[in-house]
Amino acid sequence: MAMSQRATAILATRLIALIATLIAAVVMASSHEKGSIFGAISYEAKYSDTPAFKYFVIANVVVTIYGFLVLFLPSESQLWRLVLVFDLVLTMLLVSSISAALAIAQVGKKGNSHAGWLPVCNQIPKYCSQTTAALVAGFVGLVVYFLLVCYSIHRDLDPFLVRKN
Amino acid sequence: MGRAEVVQKRQKAAIMALRVAALLATAAATIVMALNKETRTFVVGTVGTTPVTASVTAKFQHTPANVFFVIANAMASNHNLMMIGSDLFGLEFKGFKLPLVAVLDMLNAALLSAGVHGAAFMAQLAKNGNSHARWNEICDNFQGYCNRGGVAILAAYVGLLLTLGITVVSIVKLLKPKPKPQSQPLASEIEVP
Repeated sequence: MAMSQRATAILATRLIALIATLIAAVVMASSHEKGSIFGAISYEAKYSDTPAFKYFVIANVVVTIYGFLVLFLPSESQLWRLVLVFDLVLTMLLVSSISAALAIAQVGKKGNSHAGWLPVCNQIPKYCSQTTAALVAGFVGLVVYFLLVCYSIHRDLDPFLVRKN
Repeated sequence: MGRAEVVQKRQKAAIMALRVAALLATAAATIVMALNKETRTFVVGTVGTTPVTASVTAKFQHTPANVFFVIANAMASNHNLMMIGSDLFGLEFKGFKLPLVAVLDMLNAALLSAGVHGAAFMAQLAKNGNSHARWNEICDNFQGYCNRGGVAILAAYVGLLLTLGITVVSIVKLLKPKPKPQSQPLASEIEVP
């Protein structure tokens, strides 16, 4: 692949990752629904009810801002090694946020009979499906960031010694 | 010995120490969480004069996040054990194997991060409950279970930090050392045609 083709492909990949994390943050933050338990008690479900979902939104916002700033880095700069380090750390942040949100979402959907926690998705189906969509988008962002880290290692550190100098 | 060898020896020693520490931390986390079990008996009523008791058990298998925590820490310890073993038995990582070690270390870090954080947020839910979803906290009844789970999560966090350090050193090992500048030939070595 020619150099400019490769640079365009990497730019497109970073754009996809940026869009995925942006969608995850926005969809999760804008999910709220009013529901009622047994028709009597009504409450509103928001993302800020659970610290896990708040962590998910914050992590994805941080990664979105970072991804936006990295798009403006010229491709010949020496800062790409620092970008590799940041990519690695932010990938781990994304993994942790998805794992945390998924753990809480699983309890919300299936409940936990041993702890006496009832599933709440039947009362607030729209909230649950929006949260699921946000988690899927976050997972797509994670996969793309992992591929970007692998590519950054290949380009900057040259582990297979494909370059002559 | 040259500068490159000194740097390599230091990297090897650093990564070996970090791997042993991470192995100990993640193995401890696995074992403590896997043996986490507490049974409490409650008196639910009286029949005549005899109290009727019901016993409730809290096990780590009841929560899928804790199961993932145990599996992730077990895989991380296994990975570190394999790497320590291959270092001790003198298997050299040259050529393709060196970036493979770095990628595997990164995968290890990501897996460990996911396992630890899932269990940590479930522990937060168990400790504080969630009033919006009408989920009661369970730590006031099962204090031993919660304490042991907390200790396991702390140990796994320490292991996660050490695994990050291991990943950094593995990636730095991929860097080729800078070539030394060529020295000028001595006057006596120049051949006169």
